[in-house]
Amino acid sequence: MGKKTLFDKVWDAHVVRTLPGGQEVFYIDKHLIHEVTSPQAFEELENRGLSLYRRNQIVATADHNVPTKDQHLPIQEPLSRFQVDRLTENCEKHGVQLYGLGHPYQGIVHVIGPELGITQPGMTIVCGDSHTSTHGAFGAIAFGIGTSQVAQVMASQCLLLSRPKRMRITVEGDLRPGVTAKDLILYIIASLGTGGATGYFVEYAGSAIRSLSMEGRMTVCNMSIEMGARGGMIAPDETTFSYLEGRPFAPQGEEWEKAVAYWQTLYSDEGAQFEVEYHFKAASVTPMITYGTNPGMGISLNATVPQKVKASEQASFEKSLQYMGFAPGESLIGKPVDYVFIGSCTNSRIEDLRLVANYVQGKKKASHVEAIVVPGSKQVEEQAKAEGLDKILAEAGFELREPGCSACLAMNEDKIPAGAYCVSTSNRNFEGRQGPGSRTLLASPLVAAVSAVEGKITDITQYLS
Amino acid sequence: MEKFNVLQSTAVPLPIENIDTDQIIPARFLKATSREGFGENLFRDWRYDSSGQPNTQFVLNDPRFQGQVLVAGKNFGCGSSREHAAWALFDAGFKVVISSYFADIFRGNALNNGLLPLQVEDSVLERLLKQIEEDPGTELIIDLPAEQLYVPAWEQRIPFEIESYKKECLLNGYDDIDYLVSQKEAIEAFEKNRVWVY
Ligand code: SF4
Repeated sequence: MGKKTLFDKVWDAHVVRTLPGGQEVFYIDKHLIHEVTSPQAFEELENRGLSLYRRNQIVATADHNVPTKDQHLPIQEPLSRFQVDRLTENCEKHGVQLYGLGHPYQGIVHVIGPELGITQPGMTIVCGDSHTSTHGAFGAIAFGIGTSQVAQVMASQCLLLSRPKRMRITVEGDLRPGVTAKDLILYIIASLGTGGATGYFVEYAGSAIRSLSMEGRMTVCNMSIEMGARGGMIAPDETTFSYLEGRPFAPQGEEWEKAVAYWQTLYSDEGAQFEVEYHFKAASVTPMITYGTNPGMGISLNATVPQKVKASEQASFEKSLQYMGFAPGESLIGKPVDYVFIGSCTNSRIEDLRLVANYVQGKKKASHVEAIVVPGSKQVEEQAKAEGLDKILAEAGFELREPGCSACLAMNEDKIPAGAYCVSTSNRNFEGRQGPGSRTLLASPLVAAVSAVEGKITDITQYLS
Repeated sequence: MEKFNVLQSTAVPLPIENIDTDQIIPARFLKATSREGFGENLFRDWRYDSSGQPNTQFVLNDPRFQGQVLVAGKNFGCGSSREHAAWALFDAGFKVVISSYFADIFRGNALNNGLLPLQVEDSVLERLLKQIEEDPGTELIIDLPAEQLYVPAWEQRIPFEIESYKKECLLNGYDDIDYLVSQKEAIEAFEKNRVWVY
């Protein structure tokens, strides 16, 4: 007794009460909202005559449905404009802080939370978006919720939940050169499968995780949901504290000292029990790419598409290959690429943009490729400009856009046409995810940048060392 | 929320694994700001081709298969948290989805909208899919109070599990908001007694 996991330490600190059936009234510290999954929740609240219970714990931004060009102009598409306007109206009416279009803090909800220091260790954070798991990189319990739950948190700052099971994934050793956090998480998901962590909350541990930057840790936690996990988290450490220090909403002075003292207690005790544990070696991870239509269908960049899969998955496997236009057993190296999308809450932070700019400096993208780089936030955009990355990208023929979810989900104007192949740094390669009929290959920003320059899927190991 | 008690219906088979919420309702149809009308675009890109013509190969366009129950492959509802997926299924007339596994968020969203996610073993799912494909007239009886799925053609009752609180909610048409709002005092006490570090 007394030995607790990181997850349980944070969870236990937020239980208001436990029901006889085991469900818990669970307190939420921060609630992030955006234009797509909040309007029905505001409506629900109004229909029931309820008001916001703790509006100061809510932060709003517009990201999913916004254009990534000419953001200073009114949104062209009427339905998108209406949805974004509804968010503005709702926030004004209910007194919620909104970082909307044009605000220097605007951006993808999972990018701005951390960079503003809103996301902190030990917190509970929810958002009507499955990639809320990103914030777990700070040692927070963070997860996506549905719109009914958005309304519940608005009305009570609580959710009614059953405690998930715990899984720990330990990665030891050093990642090889050219292998990024994105490759690591694609590798883990390919090993566990898309449903491999359903019902679990995952803690990532081990020396390979510890040596990741905060950006890298966010990329890993971000994609936890792609193996079905409720969320992912990493114990906070010096990397976390030095990232947070001085950010606009991070505690300051004496408060900071107090907070760090508490945050230092947030780790899994030696001997704490996990229902499931997995161990990986960082040295086994190579640059990765996906060949199919779920994020679990990933392979080492220079491996071949599997010949066949488990009988129960065979039908989905065949459907998926047919959609992608690939054959069992073939290599993807040399396959032509039409689009390259660098962006999304998985890989649109300054570190990602630096990696891309560093590679493409002095090179040119292939003429038939359209390459767009969409920063995760206004702050990332400004930083990129301050560092001159915009010029490097422009000279290489990459278009630097304004912040938003962009081609990650094909809800806004940025879509990949039917049949086209897109190497994308986002997190989902579902059928039609980037536009009806679009074909997505998920990869790291480095693999994406190389693909744009070469105009085809390229084995990047030749560039390493 | 609509109440759910006992449902007798034929079913629609969709034997595909890992059906994600982007298939159930593609993102470009999420621009509405109310909950209604999503049924029209349920499985949009499977149901219609790029010119908007119904795809006759797809089961929802196959008049042999009707009913308020969808029987789908394992790991149904993975991907995004969009509750629109549950709304679209409900709006299209489905009251139950049977699968051998549901993604967590989808399961919660369904239950919050009076749509029952009914989980059975892989072997039962396989048999059910086969049965329905061979005889589209196969009736299923979903008895929530008894927590049983009855397949008259097999004369077999298959028990299923549901969390007792969620069962109460479905039977009575309550949702979590009602309960949580009733807990205000406890929540305020929690806030007061807590050591705030933020
Ligand atoms: S970037 Fe993509 S995955 Fe991330 S929040 Fe936006 S739509 Fe969701």
